[in-house]
Amino acid sequence: MSAMIRVQDLRRTYMMGEFEVHALRGVSFEIQRGEFVAIMGPSGSGKSTLMNLIGCLDTPTAGRYDLDGLPVERLDPALLAAVRNRKIGFVFQQFHLLARSSALENVALPLAYRGGLRAHERLERAAAALERVGLGNRMDHRPQELSGGQQQRVAIARALVSDPALLLADEPTGALDSRTSQEIMQLFGDLNRSGMTVLIVTHEPDVAHQTRRLLEIRDGQLVRDHPTPKLGTEPSQQRRSVGKRRYYAARSH
Amino acid sequence: MQPAVIEIAPSDAELETEIDALLSGGISWSETLGFALATLRTNPMRTLLTTLGVLIGVAAVVALLAIGRGSQESITASITANGANLLTIRAGAASSAGIRGAIGEGASLTMADADALAETSRNPAIALVSPEYSGNAQLVAGSTNMNARVTGATAIYAQVHNTTLAEGEFISAADVSATAKVIVLGANVAETLFAEGGAIGQQVRVNGSQYRVIGVLESSGGTGFGSLDDGVLVPLSSAQRSLFGARAVGGSWSVSTIVVQARSAEEVDAAQSQIETTMREEHDLALDGSDDDFSVINQQEILETVTSTTQMLTFFLAAIAGISLLVGGIGIMNIMLVSVRERTREIGLRKALGAREQDILLQFLFEALALSGVGGLVGLLIGSAIALAVSMTGLMTAVLSWDVALLAFGFALMVGLFFGIAPARSAARLDPIVALRYE
Repeated sequence: MSAMIRVQDLRRTYMMGEFEVHALRGVSFEIQRGEFVAIMGPSGSGKSTLMNLIGCLDTPTAGRYDLDGLPVERLDPALLAAVRNRKIGFVFQQFHLLARSSALENVALPLAYRGGLRAHERLERAAAALERVGLGNRMDHRPQELSGGQQQRVAIARALVSDPALLLADEPTGALDSRTSQEIMQLFGDLNRSGMTVLIVTHEPDVAHQTRRLLEIRDGQLVRDHPTPKLGTEPSQQRRSVGKRRYYAARSH
Repeated sequence: MQPAVIEIAPSDAELETEIDALLSGGISWSETLGFALATLRTNPMRTLLTTLGVLIGVAAVVALLAIGRGSQESITASITANGANLLTIRAGAASSAGIRGAIGEGASLTMADADALAETSRNPAIALVSPEYSGNAQLVAGSTNMNARVTGATAIYAQVHNTTLAEGEFISAADVSATAKVIVLGANVAETLFAEGGAIGQQVRVNGSQYRVIGVLESSGGTGFGSLDDGVLVPLSSAQRSLFGARAVGGSWSVSTIVVQARSAEEVDAAQSQIETTMREEHDLALDGSDDDFSVINQQEILETVTSTTQMLTFFLAAIAGISLLVGGIGIMNIMLVSVRERTREIGLRKALGAREQDILLQFLFEALALSGVGGLVGLLIGSAIALAVSMTGLMTAVLSWDVALLAFGFALMVGLFFGIAPARSAARLDPIVALRYE
């Protein structure tokens, strides 16, 4: 079977007035089905641009991008919307939940844009997705009645509800405290182990190190592509080791 | 929106199938409408205030058009209440050109004219001829006195003017030939002079001479031109000879008007030309075309003039009300623009989750249409209520009709569409990447 994501010499150039800004200068890599990958890089490195392209929110200036066998760079806006709806589950730093809708309604939203499902079918699937992220008892709550971690779980349930090929998370722990971040990362890990392809865009090493593969972007180019190093092998990991131990303890029972 | 066509290698049938599957889905319009209504429900105060502009506009349009149509119908009714197919002949030229201005100036109409017009052989299109003589006189009954229009009439008058009696009888041909001192009272006159009723048989002094009341007319209710409620009728001969002294040159008696009824609506024009021919012969006017010394007023022409005047006034008022509807539309546009700005992140999210441009466009268009539609509907009800209330005061009549209701409601929807399209387009065109980061 072909790769879930195949990116070949992907380029993206913006016009800022009269100046061309080369946000991506030819990036190539493949991600296989079931991988757990982090894209890392400092701000301005082009990782957001890369994420927007992978998320089909933007189209490349040059290069090729195949998602689950679809030549994304050749699709028109309506098809890109359909691809986002069916193939990609988005998780955002700011959750982006509709404030006036319940958790259940928020999670069911992508299914409305998918079409072809009755209202009760959509709500059943949304309920199942909420159960999957451990929020089966909070379905009727509105976002402001939930904690940050719970809100992010609702957002993850919304990303899962349409059975996407790819879970694409943009700084998913950026608005959460460290303990809640751990729980969310654990959830991503669990989802990955159940077969989901997970791609996390982050600038936090702590987050990146819980994935299994690291793509490092700098100045619009892929500078390193390597398996995520073991915990503690880099100095920056020492101070978080207590939290990590708890994380692994929780997982191992 | 560009067509969803991409270049696909012909061999790649599997990909083609997948593209077809992607294109087959999409949100239904009813779901989109649901999103739009849900948004409006979350902010009821704003929704209410926004609909108010359209509501007031539609209510004003509906009420004004209903009142306009009502007045037109009541004017038409009061003109035709006189009886249909009438032509009125007066002395003097109708021409406004030159110095021949005032009606009644110079030559007069006489009984001989009326007799000539009544000759069926000369005027086959004429059914009835009613010579009349009117003037004002002082009426006294007991201690009550009043001034009223006194019309000298023949027995034919009742047929021509469709008068109906509340009690008693009308002036007969015998009364006219006998110059009888009898009088028929209009409803209001009877009410004034004989407040306790029992007018029949009572005496009324008309300019000093005693007249016996033989009938009281039914109230016609209106205040229109043809209403006789405030007048009285006496035999034509009595009016001419004893009340007003209307002896004409040459020994005949003069009349102030001759009212002619044509045999049918189709024969009104024929009747008019026969009247003109007969009158010119009677008045010895040269065939070569010296000016008429009489004028013929065609009732249908009056009707048309009055109708077109009221219609114009009505549409003028409705147009002013329509302007307030436009202002309401601008209010909708304003709120929609604010709403698009406030919900930028929501729009970005919806796009990220798979909403196409057309889905967002439709959602915001539905919001604008719902605002104007609800405003239109409630405005329709309130406008109808105002029209009914006006009717119930009795001062004016208002007539509601479906075409006016549909017109006003349709116009409200058009206003919503027109003013909703720009905000909806700006929402649909938002770049999801920018919109998601919007603070």
